[in-house]
Amino acid sequence: MDMNEIKEIFFQECEEQLAELESGLLKLNDGDRDPETVNAVFRAVHSIKGGAGAFGLDDLVSFAHVFETTLDCVRSNKLEPNQDVLKVMLKSADVLADLTNAARDGGSVDEARSKQLIRELEALANGEVPAASEAPASKPALASQAAAPAPAAAPAVNDEGFQPIPFSFDDFGDEEKPVAPFAPTCEILFHPKRELYSKGNEAALLLRDLSRIGEMSIRCDMDSLPLLEDMNPEEAYFSWKISLVTEKGEDAVRSVFEFAEWDCDLEVRTVEEDVEADAGDDELPMQPVPFDLSILDDGDAGATAEADEPAEKEPVAATENNVVPMAAAARAEAPKTETRSAPAAQQAAAAPAAAAASAAQAAAAAPTIRVDLDRVDRLINLVGELVINQAMLSQSVIENDNNGVSSINMGLEELQQLTREIQDSVMAIRAQPVKPVFQRMSRIVREIADVTGKSVRLVTEGENTEVDKTVIDKLAEPLTHMIRNAVDHGLESPEKREAAGKNPEGTVRLTAKHRSGRIVIELADDGGGINREKVRQKAIDNDLIAADANLSDEEIDNLIFHAGFSTADKISDISGRGVGMDVVKRSIQALGGRITISSKPGQGSVFTMSLPLTLAVLDGMVVTVAGQTLVVPLTAIVETLQPEASAIHSFGASQRLISIRNSFCPLVDVGRILNFRSTQANPVDGVALLVESEGGGQRALMVDAIQGQRQVVIKSLEANYTHVPGIAAATILGDGRVALILDVDAVVAASRGQSLKQEISLAATG
Amino acid sequence: MTYAAKSLTQGRELIAFRIGDQEFCVNIMSVREIRGWTPATPMPHAPHYVLGVINLRGAVLPIIDMSLRLGMKPAEPTVRHVIIVAQVGQKAVGLLVDAVSDILTVTDDNVQPTPDIANEMTKNYARGILAIEGRMICMIELEALFPHIESEAA
Repeated sequence: MDMNEIKEIFFQECEEQLAELESGLLKLNDGDRDPETVNAVFRAVHSIKGGAGAFGLDDLVSFAHVFETTLDCVRSNKLEPNQDVLKVMLKSADVLADLTNAARDGGSVDEARSKQLIRELEALANGEVPAASEAPASKPALASQAAAPAPAAAPAVNDEGFQPIPFSFDDFGDEEKPVAPFAPTCEILFHPKRELYSKGNEAALLLRDLSRIGEMSIRCDMDSLPLLEDMNPEEAYFSWKISLVTEKGEDAVRSVFEFAEWDCDLEVRTVEEDVEADAGDDELPMQPVPFDLSILDDGDAGATAEADEPAEKEPVAATENNVVPMAAAARAEAPKTETRSAPAAQQAAAAPAAAAASAAQAAAAAPTIRVDLDRVDRLINLVGELVINQAMLSQSVIENDNNGVSSINMGLEELQQLTREIQDSVMAIRAQPVKPVFQRMSRIVREIADVTGKSVRLVTEGENTEVDKTVIDKLAEPLTHMIRNAVDHGLESPEKREAAGKNPEGTVRLTAKHRSGRIVIELADDGGGINREKVRQKAIDNDLIAADANLSDEEIDNLIFHAGFSTADKISDISGRGVGMDVVKRSIQALGGRITISSKPGQGSVFTMSLPLTLAVLDGMVVTVAGQTLVVPLTAIVETLQPEASAIHSFGASQRLISIRNSFCPLVDVGRILNFRSTQANPVDGVALLVESEGGGQRALMVDAIQGQRQVVIKSLEANYTHVPGIAAATILGDGRVALILDVDAVVAASRGQSLKQEISLAATG
Repeated sequence: MTYAAKSLTQGRELIAFRIGDQEFCVNIMSVREIRGWTPATPMPHAPHYVLGVINLRGAVLPIIDMSLRLGMKPAEPTVRHVIIVAQVGQKAVGLLVDAVSDILTVTDDNVQPTPDIANEMTKNYARGILAIEGRMICMIELEALFPHIESEAA
């Protein structure tokens, strides 16, 4: 493995860390005060810094270092992560991403921006607060406050004229202390016997469960630990003394030990007195062992920097260390004195945070492996083949076996079920949550909000909805465009919103969900909705519709998908170049998807995209053309009809038109276009498929017959052959034969007179 | 130096096949498998010697009528015909031939240069003639037969 490969792995990991960083910051932004979230953010920046140092990426290191320092202040509760602080941090995350990309691909970054941010970060780390925000620190209900908008503060931070205001942190801790509600403390003495371990229980797991019901600090008693030579690896030597600040009472504590109660000595008592005092007059000669597991994998991140090595712990516990969630570590790690003097918000947030932590752990704990995409694709191909083979086998058994040997049939049925199951599971390997794309959107929203001076909040839902990786990759671009449109055109300015009695901060809601075998992505804004009068006027000005055209609201809304349509009064940097929504629509269609819009004046617009879960399969209509079987993508077909002789009209030498509800539509003989036959077929003998092509025009494609509708697996023609004009790809039917998938756009384009025939040959000359 | 030419000098194995009354051979290293004839799906706008495509365990494999490609009369495929699946560059291609006749191990001594009388087309792909047990076998270089595939892969 050479250096470049290692570097490539580093960058891959950077991407993951950056995603982690951003999602952590966004969680904090939403009022999450779980110390583990802060730790995750810190770890992400720290890992990037560490890796970058190894490769001598100095820009990255120096920026990450400043960022890390500031985050450390948050981590050690010296800096309250309020909205303004997070705004700076989110921007720093963006710059960090830019620096990483620059380090990978070359190119430069906006140095002024990163310098400015370094200054802001340093200011924060030095205990200065961004200009417009002395207020939040003195408010007690910070957790709920943080979720609410801070519109006035938002633009102030961006200003170049950043004014640091000296600020003392003594203000919160001490003031807050008297009013802080004090939850009762449980003193727990937990001494596991060897039976506890032999029954498969695990002290570390029990302690973790305990940590979820309150603020916990742990001391481990190691006095009974014998010398190594005397040690029995199966014996239990350790006991723990736990102070748990919880409102849930002794019963909750006891229920944690429910299944271990008989195999350990357990004392639980509730004390009203100060935890610290209790720890002071300790009857048991206990040595404090910080439950800091993060130092295990985090180098110098252990800010507490205790001398005690985790290795000193009991063997069983030590080997199990990895499974102890960081949340437990983090909570225990915070020195008790600090816990006491920390803002009330932290304590108030502790209980819900603990609940959230268990959910987050479930999501984070699943182990993953990195697999080359090619390998997965190969597997998918093979499974596709397995399905076809199985179908062929069933068919031939049924054909050849008139006796109906039931055991064979039953076996075949089981085989069929198994293959389906394998196919589904293999497809699921490629499925990825849409989260990374959604996260990228939050950055877009931030940037665009800055440029437009609007205050925007992006709410994402269903970001764990899974869809094929190729779909995800191709989703980012249209989504970016739509988000920009939503913020730039959709949302009104804060003043207008206030005048309309709305929250001056606009909301853009991005939702993903599965619906009937497709993924549906919704983008909703609470802006002014589509200004139909303006759209209509614009369409008339651009000759898209007649001045007296009678259009329904829906039809007017759909006009924005027309090429060269833009309603923005002034053409801005962001959108309004007139290549907006028609491009979006086209890229969604290229993915085999549909996009619809619904809009309510004054309440906003909703764009709904429905996409296939995978690009490996396609819903198609199987048709016969000149004895050949072809597949027409279902998304292209508007309707099918049986032409009547009276509806066919000759036009010019060879053109024919078909009249459909009083409009004329050119008739295209697919067999002729593809050179499957030399003369045009009689339209009355066949079926016409009315298709809508990329250019927007409708055509009636003539085929001989429709066989049915089915899902087909897409196979590349280019892999072993070459691109064939008029053919999008190939597929394999149940009988094992190859069928070609029609490229509707190319066929329609060909019918317009652009030649489909282009010289293709396997050999240069014959 | 192409693979076929290199193997020539070292003495390598060749696979021989029959089209009509003539015999040809290709480097065995470029042959992936040999399978029976299955009807191919015709491709629009394809050269006349491309019979179409078949399903080879999930991959779409183009089938070449070798008889036509080598300038002879079109093949009339039957169940007795075979398809030699060969690797040309990065792509796989199926060669329709009448039958596979032999596997030969040859050294340089067995190979005679292509005679002058051969026409231009034959000269392009023929890399010599083998005389084995009274038979004449023409050695073919597939990369020369399908330069399009080769160039795309390169």
